[in-house]
Amino acid sequence: YVWILFERDLYLINSKYYKIMSDEEFDELCFQFGLELDEITSEKELISKEQNDSKAAGASDVILYKIDVPANRYDLLCLEGLVRGLQVFKNKLEAPRYVRVSPVSGQPQKLIITKETAAVRPYAVAAVLRDITFTQERYDSFIELQEKLHQNICRKRSIVAIGTHDLDTTSGPFTYTAKPPSEICFQPLNQTKEFTATELMSLYRTDSHLKHYLHIIEDKPVYPVIYDSNGIVLSMPPIINGDHTKISLKTKNVFIECTATDLTKAKVVLDTLVTMFSQYCSQPFTVEEAEVVYPDGKTCLYPELPYRKEKLSGEFVNRKIGINESTETVAQLLTRMCLLSKLTGVGDQIEVEIPPTRSDIIHACDIVEDAAIAYGFNNITRTTPRSYTVATQFPLNKLTELLRQDVAAAGFTEVLTFALCSKEDVGDKLGKKISETGAAHISNPKTAEFQVARTTLLPGLLKTIAANKKMPLPLKLFEISDVVLKDKSKDVGARNSRRFCAVYYNKSPGFEVIHGLMDRTMQLLGVKPLRGEGYHIQAAEDSIFFPGRCAEIFVDGKSVGRLGVLHPNVVTRFELTMPCSALEMDIEPFL
Amino acid sequence: MADTGVVEALLLGLEKAEDGVDSLELSSSLGVEHQVVVGAVKSLQSVGEVISAEQRSSKHWQLTEEGVEISELGSHEARVFECIPVEGLLQSELMKLPFGKIGFTKAMSNKWIRVDKTSEGGPLIFRSVQTIVDQVREKLLNVLNGKDAELEEKEKSELKKRRLLSEVTVKSYWITKGSSFSTTITKQETELTPEMIVSGNWKDNKFKPYNFEAMGVPLDCGHLHPLMKVRTQFRQIFLEMGFTEMPTNNFIESSFWNFDSLFQPQQHPARDQHDTFFLSDPALTLDFPQDYLQRVKKVHTEGGFGSQGYKYEWKVEEAQKNILRTHTTAVSARMLYKLAQQKFTPVKYFSIDRVFRNETLDATHLAEFHQIEGVVADYDLTLGDLMGVLHQFFTKLGLEKWVEVGNSGVFRPEMLLPMGLPEDVSVIAWGLSLERPTMIKYGINNIRELVGHKVNLQMVYDGPICRLDT
Repeated sequence: YVWILFERDLYLINSKYYKIMSDEEFDELCFQFGLELDEITSEKELISKEQNDSKAAGASDVILYKIDVPANRYDLLCLEGLVRGLQVFKNKLEAPRYVRVSPVSGQPQKLIITKETAAVRPYAVAAVLRDITFTQERYDSFIELQEKLHQNICRKRSIVAIGTHDLDTTSGPFTYTAKPPSEICFQPLNQTKEFTATELMSLYRTDSHLKHYLHIIEDKPVYPVIYDSNGIVLSMPPIINGDHTKISLKTKNVFIECTATDLTKAKVVLDTLVTMFSQYCSQPFTVEEAEVVYPDGKTCLYPELPYRKEKLSGEFVNRKIGINESTETVAQLLTRMCLLSKLTGVGDQIEVEIPPTRSDIIHACDIVEDAAIAYGFNNITRTTPRSYTVATQFPLNKLTELLRQDVAAAGFTEVLTFALCSKEDVGDKLGKKISETGAAHISNPKTAEFQVARTTLLPGLLKTIAANKKMPLPLKLFEISDVVLKDKSKDVGARNSRRFCAVYYNKSPGFEVIHGLMDRTMQLLGVKPLRGEGYHIQAAEDSIFFPGRCAEIFVDGKSVGRLGVLHPNVVTRFELTMPCSALEMDIEPFL
Repeated sequence: MADTGVVEALLLGLEKAEDGVDSLELSSSLGVEHQVVVGAVKSLQSVGEVISAEQRSSKHWQLTEEGVEISELGSHEARVFECIPVEGLLQSELMKLPFGKIGFTKAMSNKWIRVDKTSEGGPLIFRSVQTIVDQVREKLLNVLNGKDAELEEKEKSELKKRRLLSEVTVKSYWITKGSSFSTTITKQETELTPEMIVSGNWKDNKFKPYNFEAMGVPLDCGHLHPLMKVRTQFRQIFLEMGFTEMPTNNFIESSFWNFDSLFQPQQHPARDQHDTFFLSDPALTLDFPQDYLQRVKKVHTEGGFGSQGYKYEWKVEEAQKNILRTHTTAVSARMLYKLAQQKFTPVKYFSIDRVFRNETLDATHLAEFHQIEGVVADYDLTLGDLMGVLHQFFTKLGLEKWVEVGNSGVFRPEMLLPMGLPEDVSVIAWGLSLERPTMIKYGINNIRELVGHKVNLQMVYDGPICRLDT
């Protein structure tokens, strides 16, 4: 979900509501439309929540609505689109038809892409909003929508970057090329002098906003740049626009360019911007085309503003939702969701037109979902899947559940520790080399706590004791959970292993207690104390345990784990002070 | 244990008394320390309503150390008078005596003695009366014999001023007969013994009452972890609803099964380094069902199966990257793929296991948590079925509002059809975290107080059993 924030009164005015709509009514309307009114707030409240009351002192009290919008509904990311969507939903407005037009003067604006862009950002699309009228609110919303798109579908400008320019300050044809940073020089937005691209990158290193975008191009040999016919820089995407062509409240003609690494997304972004803001053009919902010339000479006209038709049956929609409505009703429901629908007259077939604002509709199932929203989820009768199924437990989990109960009954307390840990926890602290542990390594941990997947449960239990030193002794703890080991026989190269680990921590090592727990566990698992066909333990050496105080557990002649008195070095490395005995064994052999 | 002689004497004294006895008086009449009598009172109080005792405090005059000396040897002035012979005593000699200085002043003011300052060799002192009455000593003796009532308040305060008397507060008990008063006290047994049961003596014995206000002894026992107790209940709910448990014991997963097979595009932010733990070793998965992989690639790149697709360049290198699974839906995908390779039969699946997110940590987010997931695959499932199953599930949890802690939906055809599932099969699914409802249930605000090695074991020791529907 993505949130949008806007003034309540602006919503009311734009919706041509002359009587006050209550917050409750608006909340209900959002819910019916599949959105959530997340918060009713004000700038003052937001600042005082994020910072403090004193900072909020001068801030505005104007009531704001914060709404959660599904992340792929780009048509609802600005107030213009939200108002339009809700008006259509309430049958107060017919969905507008977005039209691409040729310029009156004849020739469309041209954007020529050179082959150098292939190395960094190969795609570009463009369009013109002709004779637009901005007000402060409209202008703010225009900027805000670009920012929302940049943060979402554009993936923080990495996939698509938008540039908007005052067409009356510049003249085409425009050239989209890529050059070494030292060869790009211009006066960027809101600066008073010219900088080379190299200088700009270091200038913006400390800019709280722009510094997040530098990594997209900084390692590239060439940077993308757009020039007009006079060599004036329009923008250096995806970082900054030029100051020369910047738009203002007085701008009448807007040239929009989107550069991208993904052409599909660039087209969606351009379509979204122009469908939302062509509302304010002298010919509303018309967009002037621009011609893009590719390095191979191929030309394309943008924006595409595609209207696509899907055919589906009324029965299909009813069957998927679990309702029984007439085909006419289904068509009406869809039309209210801006999906203009008509009966074709062939059986119960409906022809649904998907407008350029609804790039999220990529399959008939999306149309069904919109019909369900318009119908109202709460109006759908709850039913139960009819098939008879018999439940089965996963055998390893069943064994784990049964064993946990009885180990607790034996006087041990269950703990729950993390599956991720530091290399040190399973390596150095246990006297082992990390390379010998068979641990799976994480490439991008934010802290040392998440360097590897644990290969043993013991460190988690010892860390639990270290955090609970004030508890009365003895401490008797256990955990039955998974560790992860590299395993070439698996498709992913690793597997989980279900372990049982227990520790006894007291003034004396209490090996006999841990030994007794092991005997009891074998009893619970139905294994007899017998060499060969049963279990036995025999002396072993392990850096975890004190020499001479470690034994290996064998079941049917195969090793399943170890028990013993912990080595004082291990005790000390986990910041403990008392003797401790421990047991860790694999429980999968007992399935 | 109290002195049995004193206990008996107390009871006998009480029997004879009209109204009651004072513990202080009793101690002086028995010639024992007051504390011994107090001990007897306490002991009798513990055996029921034999006596009742009310604490009182009384003020009482007592001789100081100097007062005791005077009561024995006489007042300083009397001693001065006594030591003066007929021929007189040099004042300088008198002043050498320990009581000399004070005694001289007092005896002079009493006009018992006179000083001849004209004699040779210094002032000489003579008796000026024949006999004296040492009233100070007599008054002190009265106090000592408990007859301080005979002294006037003024006299007492004068003696107090001379630091011969002091006033003390004495706590004592006023003892009266209790509702079950008796002069013979049977010894109370503390506990029933095997011998009493065998001999039948328990019939005649009296037993010391228990203090039911006290807590019992803390037991030495094992405990299950609260989150695991909740997990057990969720498993139970799924099993009751006929759901089969999926094998989720594979924390490491390939991006292919975790993302691509679910029709999640490769540029999706969830696949970012900031959200997902990638593995450096083992870094890649190369073993995929090749024909299925090609279908997944196709549906992402160009669509098909009724879909427009995402229309981007799908890279196998991205799908090969190993990660720590970000949801158990990766396992659901493997299970559904497996299901599609056989003749289809309807299934209900569930799992509850760990998932991992490389997120920014806060009070409600850890890098790992448990995901609960339910999946139903059947012919022609409807949204009504999804809502019906969810309703049943959350009703069993006892709180319908819990819908808000999870999410649910219908798996997309772009996910199911490339697997090879029949076109008329729908799959509905829902998921939620195990930690979130547990925190709500137990009123825990910080997830670190519930899971991980930093939890307080006392919380585990004190945890109640888990009954979700109450």
